[in-house]
Amino acid sequence: MTKNITLTINGKKRTDAVEPRMLLIHYLREVTGLTGPHIACETSLCGACTVHLDGKAIKSCTMFAVQADGREVLTIEGLAAADGKLDPMQEAFWNEHGLQCGFCTPGMIMTAKQIVERNPKPTDEEIRHGLEGNLCRCTGYQHIVNAVRAAAGK
Amino acid sequence: MATTITKTETLVGKRIRRREDPRLITGTATYVDDIQMPGMHHACIVRSPHGAANIKAINIKPALELPGVAAVFTFKDTEKVGPVPCGASLPGLRVPHHHILAKDRVYFVGHPVAVVVATDRYIARDGADLVEVEWEPLPAVTDVEKALAKGAAAVHPEWPDNTAFNYHQEHGEVDKVFAEAEVIVKERITSQRLIPTAMETRGVVAEWHAGDRSLTLHSSTQIPHLLRTLVAQMLGIEENRLRVVTPEVGGGFGSKLNVYAEEALMGFVARQIGKPVKWIESRRENFTCTIHGRGHVDYYEVAAKRDGTILGIKLKLLQDLGAYHQLLTPAIPTLSVLMMPGLYNCQNIRADIVGVFTNAVPTDAYRGAGRPEATHGIERMVDILAAELKMDPAEIRYKNFIPKDAFPYATATGLSYDSGNYAAPLDKALALVDYKKLREEQKKARAEGRLMGIGISTYGEICAMGPSPATPAGGWESATVKIEPGGTVTVMTGCSPHGQGEETTFAQIAADELGVGIDDVLVVHGDTAVVQYGIGTFGSRGTAIGGTAMYYAIQELKEKIKKYGAMLLGTDDVSFASGACVDNKTGKSVPLAQIAGASYRALTLPPKTEPGLVATYFWEPPNFTFPFGAHIVVTEVDKDTGAIALKRYVAVDDCGKIINPLIVDGQVHGGVAQGLGQALWEQAIYDDTGQLVTGELMDYAIPKASFMPWIESSHTETPSPVNPLGVKGVGEAGTIGCSPAVVNSVVDALSPLGVRHIDMPMTPEKIWKLVQAGGKA
Repeated sequence: MTKNITLTINGKKRTDAVEPRMLLIHYLREVTGLTGPHIACETSLCGACTVHLDGKAIKSCTMFAVQADGREVLTIEGLAAADGKLDPMQEAFWNEHGLQCGFCTPGMIMTAKQIVERNPKPTDEEIRHGLEGNLCRCTGYQHIVNAVRAAAGK
Repeated sequence: MATTITKTETLVGKRIRRREDPRLITGTATYVDDIQMPGMHHACIVRSPHGAANIKAINIKPALELPGVAAVFTFKDTEKVGPVPCGASLPGLRVPHHHILAKDRVYFVGHPVAVVVATDRYIARDGADLVEVEWEPLPAVTDVEKALAKGAAAVHPEWPDNTAFNYHQEHGEVDKVFAEAEVIVKERITSQRLIPTAMETRGVVAEWHAGDRSLTLHSSTQIPHLLRTLVAQMLGIEENRLRVVTPEVGGGFGSKLNVYAEEALMGFVARQIGKPVKWIESRRENFTCTIHGRGHVDYYEVAAKRDGTILGIKLKLLQDLGAYHQLLTPAIPTLSVLMMPGLYNCQNIRADIVGVFTNAVPTDAYRGAGRPEATHGIERMVDILAAELKMDPAEIRYKNFIPKDAFPYATATGLSYDSGNYAAPLDKALALVDYKKLREEQKKARAEGRLMGIGISTYGEICAMGPSPATPAGGWESATVKIEPGGTVTVMTGCSPHGQGEETTFAQIAADELGVGIDDVLVVHGDTAVVQYGIGTFGSRGTAIGGTAMYYAIQELKEKIKKYGAMLLGTDDVSFASGACVDNKTGKSVPLAQIAGASYRALTLPPKTEPGLVATYFWEPPNFTFPFGAHIVVTEVDKDTGAIALKRYVAVDDCGKIINPLIVDGQVHGGVAQGLGQALWEQAIYDDTGQLVTGELMDYAIPKASFMPWIESSHTETPSPVNPLGVKGVGEAGTIGCSPAVVNSVVDALSPLGVRHIDMPMTPEKIWKLVQAGGKA
């Protein structure tokens, strides 16, 4: 038994038939082919699956695709401009070496975007607090904090 | 002198942003779970919920009846697949036969017993829930000291003493120095079990090509070639018909330096069903079924003179092995023994290891692999000795350092330390924290009743693993360097990086050596069908061994380039520099691109020279490298909550010559985070029945951004004489240097209460209880 859902993903509208139990992350990765958001815990603890839903950062592993019906989703793939110009947050992660293995990075960048949207001049403490829901095992977070600070206000 | 310079700026030593990042920050990189194939099936594994149990019966029928389930396999199907291999050998080592699916008994929670294959990952999971296993639970044992006690449950019934091996190593006159010592200090020090927790769990996509009887395995591994060799043996496939591809790998830290049951199992399944199959490990499986690290109970004794001179060290090491040997399991504690004397000039050592089976997932290499345990032990003991003698912890270290003019230095454990200046990073770290002033502040704090601590660790490590005779597989590394007809450069490295940034650092070295731009160099790795045989990335070996192999391949190419250059310039006196061959007499030059083109077009060839510009080099290192450093941590303990505030973290690391300071800092930060994790938060806890209590990220506390202090990272640079690049390695340094500095700091904070030692992790609960009890554990 499937249900039709229509949503706008990275600015493009699409309709798919999905099983009601399909998670949003599986829908994005396996139905739409957007494999940027990752799965690393399935329990909403790690944040690797973070995308924006109607402008808010959410963990797409703990939401059903049907719950996103009629809504707007932005994934890491939709962040750069159409001409390929990187978003300032992507650029900052690159410049500041805010990633190593890269697995947490798409979710980390989507959360970081929200931090600076809400607070254009965050303190380091505010950045660290804002990243609370995103785990990284490689960087020790220091270069990530540098990246978010560098991108803030841009 | 050359008159044509095409490139003068050198790249080695520069903070260059990474060349692997564009695909990672745009979400376009390909990890194993991103692979989709037509007809691809999904696997879900049925695992033991018991720490120890007999399997009385398995009923797969209900699963097979579920629409979408294609197949279910159990031991009787996979019986002929070879055992999960152990690459380490020790005299008298007991090696349990490690089937890929359990035969009639399970030995740890998570032990695989069946695999369900379906058209969809949800159905595979539903099918796994429908497999009925009739269990007969058995007593389990998960604590090493309980496992060695009389009457303990036997993990493997054939070995009721739960002992896999005993290992002894000794040097010097241990009994004599202990008999004559003016002071002897003793302590029991543990290094708890840790869960590596790479953000990407393991995963395999297997594809069987019936037409040519070949198998492709996409696996998230650190060792594609070794995996190919060993899985080919397990499955009985010719090695040249098994291709291993490691796409992007989302972290390893040693946990993917292994060959796992699931890698062979997916190869088996793909062949049976004739369709591609994908298995992606859940986080719960990652915690219960991927190797853990550490797991030591260490009994130390140190003999010394009253002036602080260390005379001898004794260690009894109980290693929690888990239920099986994975690839390197029994070898890991032997690395601890090698590193036992640390940076200190001590020639009298005795070590006894007991390798202990427990009903838990095997331990194996986790960031540092044996060296953090050893460093933690010796650095704690040096502080305990200093406290006993009422000496300053910095002073006692200076007193015992191997002097800088003593290198190469033969250690009591059989190593030859390559180069070192151990006082230099300690000098620098003490200056950075203003040590004298800090001790004064501490006095003031204590007078106010505050618990402030200053902790020092001066660590050494064994990196660039390693010379082949000292490693379970080959310890060399390979590189092929190709200058393409248009003059661009392709480097194929046998080490398979997964976050270390070698696509950047190797390109920096190659660009400097060949005088080309960094964008003209492409570094390729991680596909056994493309890259020549190699060993892998682990043991801080990538740049020191893989980079050196590339360096020598380039030197061979340079000779050939000069031959072509001489031919094109019509001279016999040429030099190659800055991307061009130059006629030393006339100053006329010909650029590399033109030389490359001529070498492939091959209209005329220099004497005794083949067409093309390709060189492959397998480099066997003559020794390990031995980085070192000093970490200082300032803490303050809250008496009322037991919380530890990290006030300052200063890390001075000497990893030899630095190729890219930005990447080196990143490695140090990440290493320190994992060291802090061990010191303060992380512990894999099994209960007495073998249940992993800390089986999810909710219960196992890896550091979050807000947990971390600002790390003040700096360096000294003592080049290694072992390789021409002078590099040593830095991947594990932060982890190795960290934990003793933190514990030393907190013990120092609590020393007014009489505290002498605290085991990790130093949770608020543990510290609060200690403070409440007036320092008595």
